[in-house]
Parts: sequence; C-alpha cells; structure tokens
Amino acid sequence: MPPFLFWIFALLMLVFGAAVVINRNPIASALNLVVSFLGLAALFMSLDAFFVGIIQVLIYAGAIMVLFLFIIMLLDLRAEKLRKINWLASAGGIAVALVLLTQILYVIGNLKAAQQTFPPLARSTIDDVRNVGLVLFGNYNLPFQIIGILVLVATIGIVLLSRHELR
Amino acid sequence: MVTLGDYLIVSGILFAIGFAGVMLRRNLIIIFMSLELMLNAANLSLVAFSRFHVQPNGLPNYNAQVFVFFIITVAAAEVAVGLAIIVALFRARQTTNVEDITSLKF
Repeated sequence: MPPFLFWIFALLMLVFGAAVVINRNPIASALNLVVSFLGLAALFMSLDAFFVGIIQVLIYAGAIMVLFLFIIMLLDLRAEKLRKINWLASAGGIAVALVLLTQILYVIGNLKAAQQTFPPLARSTIDDVRNVGLVLFGNYNLPFQIIGILVLVATIGIVLLSRHELR
Repeated sequence: MVTLGDYLIVSGILFAIGFAGVMLRRNLIIIFMSLELMLNAANLSLVAFSRFHVQPNGLPNYNAQVFVFFIITVAAAEVAVGLAIIVALFRARQTTNVEDITSLKF
C-alpha cells in the first residue's frame, strides 16, 4: 500500500472520529462514526489483515452502528440544546486527554521498533481467513466457546432488561 | 515508507479522541460511541503489531488477530447490553443526559 493512501485513510479516520465528539446531533455523530470505522477497516486491509477488515465493516459499521441508530431514533433524541458550558470542567477534560496523548507519544518515541518498517510477508499458499480460522479453532478453541456463552448471557440479559415490568 | 510508529501514533491519537469524548460529552449515547472509538484504537495497534511480528514461516502473527476478533465480539455484546440499559433508563427518567441522573451523587 502506497504511503499516501495510509495518510489519507488515517486522516479520514481521525477527522471523522473527532467529528463524533464535536457534533451536537447524535444521528450525525453516529454517521460520522460509521465513516471513521470504514477508514479504520481500510487501515486493517493495509496491514494485510483482510479478515479483521471485513469483520470491522460487517460487525462494526454494519451491525453495531445500525443498533446505535435504531436506539437514537427510538428514543427520538434531538440535537442537544446549548447548555451553559462549564469551561473549567471542559478545560480539565481536554487537559487530561492531552496529558494522556503526550504520554503515549513519549512511549512510542522511545520505542526502538517504532522506527522500523514492516518486514515483507511470504506469499501464503492458503488465504488469510483460513489462517485465522486455523489459529482460532486450534489454539483458542476453549476461549472461543467461552465467548459463545458470553454472547448467550448478553442475549438473555437484554431480553430481561427490555421487559416492561422492570423492577 | 510507513513505519510501525506511524500506525501506533495514529492509534494513540484515536484513543485520545475517544478519551476526550468520554470526559467532555454529557450525552450517554455519545459517551458510549467514544468508548467504541477507544476499543478500535486498541484494535489498530494490535493489528499493527501482528503485521510487524512476522513469524519464521513468513506469515503475520495471527494470535493478535484472534485477540482482535475476541475484542470485537465482546464489544458487540457490550453495546447490546449497554443500549438496553440506556433504553430502560430512558423509560424511567426520560433523559440520556448524565447531568440529570444524579440520584447516587453524594
């Protein structure tokens, strides 16, 4: 993947990610988040992780964001009215985020491996999805089944939470 | 050429954006979306390390990609439960603004 494509998709992801936080209208935020996830999926593809990229588009941009949009429209959330902004609290929040970012960049700057480019891959005789599947069902068989139970528990929990006579 | 550091820096900036969203916004649903941004930032650095750590047979390290798969699954379950809780909360209090939900505030 040429470097300029990396920068285009990274910029796309970061700009729309920032728009999620800045937008006042929840529906606009959700749609911005979809575009941000598509940019992220392109970055996954640029790292030769095709399966993860496809999963990102299908599950995140497809399923999860549709769920978000459903709930936003179900609750009929309008754009927030402009409240009195607590400038001190906002400045504090931005300061904490900037300190975190500085720390992350400092750690990456000290990492020797960070200056290296990616080593070339051998041409695989079998495709990416099959490789991931072999590791997933071979080495990680038990965690995979536990994840299945987790999803089942979540499903039952949602059914219980959505009952009307919730007490 | 694009280095490993470039991917890690982009991932760090995305994480900071999500963190700022959690700190600054007062709409529960936007806070939830910012949480998703932070999860995805972690995924991006995991996949970058997976591609960087090429194994002796010339394939990327698939352990990290399986980890990303698990994170995405858990995130899907978490979003479904979290949104159900938000709907139940909205039914009881008719608001999604965290400043209106202060019953537990001392």
